[in-house]
Amino acid sequence: MKKFISLAMVLILSLTIFAGCGGGSSTPAQSSGAAAPAADSSTAAGSSTADSATAGDRVYALVAKDVNNPYMKKAYEGFEAACQELGVTALYKGPDQATPEKQIEIINQLVAQNVALIAVAANDYDALEPALKSAMDKGIQVVSLDSAVNANSRKLHINQADPEKIGRVLVQAAYEMVDGNGGMAILSATAQASNQNLWIEWMQKELEENSDKYKDTPLVKIVYGDDEPTKSTNETQALLMDENVKVIIAPTTVGMLAAGKYLQDNNSEVKLTGLGLPSEMAPFIEDGTCPWMYLWNPVDLGFLAAYAGDALVTAGITGAAGDTFTAGRMGEMAIVDAPGGGTEVLLGDPFKFEPENIAEWKAIY
Amino acid sequence: MNGGVKRIISQNVRESCLLAVIFVLAVAVNIRSGGNFLTARNLSDMFVETSILAILTMGMMSVIITGGIDLSVGSTMALAGMVGTSVLRDSMNEAGQGISPILIIALAVGIGMLAGLLNGILISWFHVLPIIATLGTMNIYRGVTYLVSGGSWVLQQNMTTSFMAVATGKLLGINNLIWIALVVFAVNFYFLGYARTGRKIYAVGNSLESAAVSGINTKRTITLTYVIAGAMAGLAGILYVCKYAASQGETATGYELNVIASCVLGGVSVSGGSGKVHGAILGAILFGMLNNALPLLKISPFWQEAIRGLIILASIVVNAIVSRRSTRKVLERRAIA
Amino acid sequence: MSKLQTNVMAHRSLQNERPFSTKRFFLQWEWMLVLLFIIINVINTFLSPNYLVFDSIMSAIQMFCDKAILVFPMMLVILVGDIDISVASIMALSAVIMGVGYNAGLPMGAAILLALCVGGACGFVNGILLVKFKELSPMIVTLVGQIVFRGIASIILEDGAAGSFPSWFQYLGWGYVGRIPFILIVVLIEAVIFLYAIHFTRFGRNVYAMGNNETTARYSGIKTDRIRLFIYVLMGIFAGIAAIFLASKMGSVRPSVAKGYEMDVIAMVVLGGVSNNGGKGRVIGVVIATFIVGLLRYGLGIVNVPSQTIMIIVGVLLIVAVIIPNLKSTLGGYRWFQKLMR
Repeated sequence: MKKFISLAMVLILSLTIFAGCGGGSSTPAQSSGAAAPAADSSTAAGSSTADSATAGDRVYALVAKDVNNPYMKKAYEGFEAACQELGVTALYKGPDQATPEKQIEIINQLVAQNVALIAVAANDYDALEPALKSAMDKGIQVVSLDSAVNANSRKLHINQADPEKIGRVLVQAAYEMVDGNGGMAILSATAQASNQNLWIEWMQKELEENSDKYKDTPLVKIVYGDDEPTKSTNETQALLMDENVKVIIAPTTVGMLAAGKYLQDNNSEVKLTGLGLPSEMAPFIEDGTCPWMYLWNPVDLGFLAAYAGDALVTAGITGAAGDTFTAGRMGEMAIVDAPGGGTEVLLGDPFKFEPENIAEWKAIY
Repeated sequence: MNGGVKRIISQNVRESCLLAVIFVLAVAVNIRSGGNFLTARNLSDMFVETSILAILTMGMMSVIITGGIDLSVGSTMALAGMVGTSVLRDSMNEAGQGISPILIIALAVGIGMLAGLLNGILISWFHVLPIIATLGTMNIYRGVTYLVSGGSWVLQQNMTTSFMAVATGKLLGINNLIWIALVVFAVNFYFLGYARTGRKIYAVGNSLESAAVSGINTKRTITLTYVIAGAMAGLAGILYVCKYAASQGETATGYELNVIASCVLGGVSVSGGSGKVHGAILGAILFGMLNNALPLLKISPFWQEAIRGLIILASIVVNAIVSRRSTRKVLERRAIA
Repeated sequence: MSKLQTNVMAHRSLQNERPFSTKRFFLQWEWMLVLLFIIINVINTFLSPNYLVFDSIMSAIQMFCDKAILVFPMMLVILVGDIDISVASIMALSAVIMGVGYNAGLPMGAAILLALCVGGACGFVNGILLVKFKELSPMIVTLVGQIVFRGIASIILEDGAAGSFPSWFQYLGWGYVGRIPFILIVVLIEAVIFLYAIHFTRFGRNVYAMGNNETTARYSGIKTDRIRLFIYVLMGIFAGIAAIFLASKMGSVRPSVAKGYEMDVIAMVVLGGVSNNGGKGRVIGVVIATFIVGLLRYGLGIVNVPSQTIMIIVGVLLIVAVIIPNLKSTLGGYRWFQKLMR
C-alpha cells in the first residue's frame, strides 16, 4: 500500500513535468517526428544540420546575458523577426542570473539540441571559450552580440557601435553636463561584462589623452550594479555620499534606470548620462535629471545578428574580414577586423536621445 | 528612578550591550568619516534601508525562537512583491491610476501568509525538517515568482504614483517605511512579550515536550510562527519593490541570510528559546549600520563583504563567551546557595 | 587478515542480523529512487529524441559532475547532523588563490596543491569554530564562512579574473577517456571510496552513531570532536578539488564563481535519503539522487522548459522525497489512513 502511494506520488510528480512543458515560454526546438530513433548511440551528437535539414527545421538560438533583461528582450524581438523572414525557428534562452556558468550549461543544452546557430551575449569574455569551441567543432555557427567573447570562441561579433565612439562621447557628454567642473563616476553592469569593460577602457583613454581638458572633471569611482535594479540603486546611493561626484555615467540600461529613479526621488543636483532605453528613461530626460543619453536600436542589433548568423550557416561565408552579406531591410553589411582580434560587423553609430526627440522614440523601444 | 533603570538594564544585558556597541560605533564612524555619518540625510537613508530588514527580522525571530529556520523569506518577498505589482500594473488605466496601495499591501501580506502557512504545515504536520522544507519552498516560490512575472520586470512605468509614494512619502518628516517598521515593532513587542499566544511561542522554543505536556498545541504554535514570518516577508517584499520601483524574479535573492545574520546579531539564539524583540531590532540596526558605514569610511567595496562577515563572526563568538560566563555565574550562585 | 577483509566481514555480519524479506528490501528508499530515475529518463526520452544520445548525455553529466564531487563529503556532514553552506565560497576562494598563484609564477602543480590546502584550511576554520563553541549552530558558523571566504576572494582578486591556465589543464574539466568524461571517472572513484569508508569501516559506523545521538556516541568513547573536525576539513579539501575542475571548465576564475552551488548539493544529498536528523542514508541513494537531479535539469533544459519551472520541480521533488518516508508516522494516527493501509 505504501508503495502504491509512493508510486502515485511519483506519477503525479511526473505529470507536473508535463505541465511545465506546456507552459514553456520559448519556441521549442523542432524534433523531427516522434518516431525518431531513440537510442541511436552510434552517431555523435550534432553533426551540422545545414545540409541535412530543411530550413524550417533549423533553429537559431539567442543566449542572453540574463533572460529577463528588457534590453535583451528587445534584441530578441529583432532576432525573431529576422528568423521569421528567413524561415527558421528562433529560440530565446538565458540564465536567470547573469553568470557565465549558467551560460555554459545552456550552450551545452543547445549543442545537444543540434541548433544551427548560437548567438550569445556573453557574461564573461573568456569563460565560454571551451563550451563555444566544442559547439563550433560540432558544426554549429557561433556569433556574439552586444557583449563579446574572445576571438577563438566565435566566428564573428556583432558590434552595436564603435566602442571608441561610445566611450569618448559619453565622457564628453558628462563633461558638458557639469560645465567642466565636477567629478565623474561610472555605474557599470557586472564586473566581467566585456562590452561595458571595453567602453570603460575608452572612457579612461579619453580622459588620459585630454588630461588638460578634463583636469577639473576627474574620474572619481567605478562601481558595479551587476545589472540588478536593487544593487544599482544601492551603488548610486553610495556614490552620492561622495560630494566630489557631480555626474554619473551609466553604460547599462539597468543602471540608468536605477540611478535615474534614485536621483529623481532625492531631487539631486547630480546629473546622469549613459546608455538607456528611451521607453524607460523618458521621464528622466523630460525632467532634466538626464539631459541627454545615447543608445542604438537593440531590435536592429538582434535582427542583424540573425542575418549574420544565417549568412554563416547558409551562404558559406567564414566570418573573415572583407566578407559581405545582405541583412534583409538593412541592406549589405561588411565584416571588418575587430580591434581585440577576430572580426566584427558594425551596426552603426550611437544615437543621441534628448528632450526634443524622446517623445517619438519612447514608443518605439 | 535609578533602581528602575538598573533593573531594566540587568534584565536586558545583551540588548543593553548591543545598544552601547551601536552608540560607540556610530560615534567612531562619524569621527572617522569626517562627520558624514551622523547627518540627518544619511541617518534617514540608513533607517529607511533598515526598516525593511527590521520587519523581516521580527518575523524571522518567532521562527528561530521555536528552533526552526525559514530560508524561504527572500523568495516569499519576491513572490509577494511580484504578485502585488503585477496586479497593480494590470489595473493601471491610461491616466496612471490604479488600485489603492493599501489593497496591494494587504494582498502582498496575504500572499506571504499563505506561503508561511505552507511552510508551517510541511514542518509541523508532515514533520519535514525546517531547513529542508524551507529550502524546497525557497525554490518553489522563486520559480512561481518567475512564472507570475512571465519573464518581465515590473518597472516604475508600470506603477502608480500613489503606490511609489508609499516608500518615498513622509509623515511628520519621517519616512513612511520607518513608521511602518515602528508599528510592526510595537505590535510584535506586545504580542511576544505579553499576549498569551506569544508567550506560547517562547514555551515551545524552550522545550517542545514540556510545552506539549502543559497543553499547548505545539503544531498550531509552530505553524503560527511560520505564518508570521511569511506575513512579515510579504509586507517587506511589497515595500522593497516599492522602494526600488522594480520587481523582478531575482528580487531579494539571498536576503534570508541577511535576516538570519541580523537575528543572530540581535541575540536571538539559534538553539531556540530566547530572544527579545528589541534585540532583534537592534540587530537589524547594527547590520544596517554596517552596510551604511562601510562605504562611508571609503573602505574598498571588495573588502566590505569580508569585514561584514568578520564583524558578525566576532559578535556571535563574543555572544557565546558572554553567555557561557553568565551561565557559569548562575550555576555558581546555585551551588553556594 | 587485511583491514579490508575485516571490515567487509564486519559489515556482512551486521547485515545478517535480520531475516531477509523481499518486501522490505524493495521498499527501501533507494529503490524508490531507482524507480524515479527510470521514470525521469523515460519522460525525457519521450520529450526529445535528442536526449538518449550517448555523447550528449555524457556531455551533460560532465556539466553537473563538479557538484557531484561535493555531494559525498556533504553527505558525511549531514549524516552527523550538521550542515555546511559555505562550500561554494570555499570553492571560490580556492579557485582564486590557485589562479592568482599560477599567474604569479607558481608551477601549475603547486597551484593545484595550494587550492587543496586553502580548501582544507577553510574547512578547518569551520570545524574548529564548531568544536570549540558548541553552542553555535553549524548553520550560523558556515553562514559566516560563506560571507567571509568569498569576501577574502574579493579582496584578493577584486573585479579581475585570473586565468590563462596551461592547455593541459582544460583536460580536467573537458577531457574524455574514450567516450567517458574524465571528471565522471573521478566522481565514480570518489563514490567507491566513500562507499567503502561509510559503510564498511568503523569510522563510518561512528559517523552514523554521532548522527543518531551525539551524546550517547560521545559517552561510548567515540571522539566526536575529532570526527567533526575531520569531516569539515574533508569537505573543504573536496571543495578545493571541485574548484579545480570548475576552473578547468571555465578557463578562468573570479571571486563570483560557483554562486548557489551549496543549495543544489544539499538538495542532492537530501533527496538521496540522508536524513538531516542524522544517522540515516546510504551512498548509493545519494549517487542515484545526484543523477536524477542532474539529468532532470538537462532533459527538461533541452526541450526548453524555462529554468524557473525546473526550479519548482526540483523544490517539489525535494519536499515530496522527504515526506514519503514519514507518511506513515504522519498520518498514522488517523483512522481513515489505517483503514486504507489494511
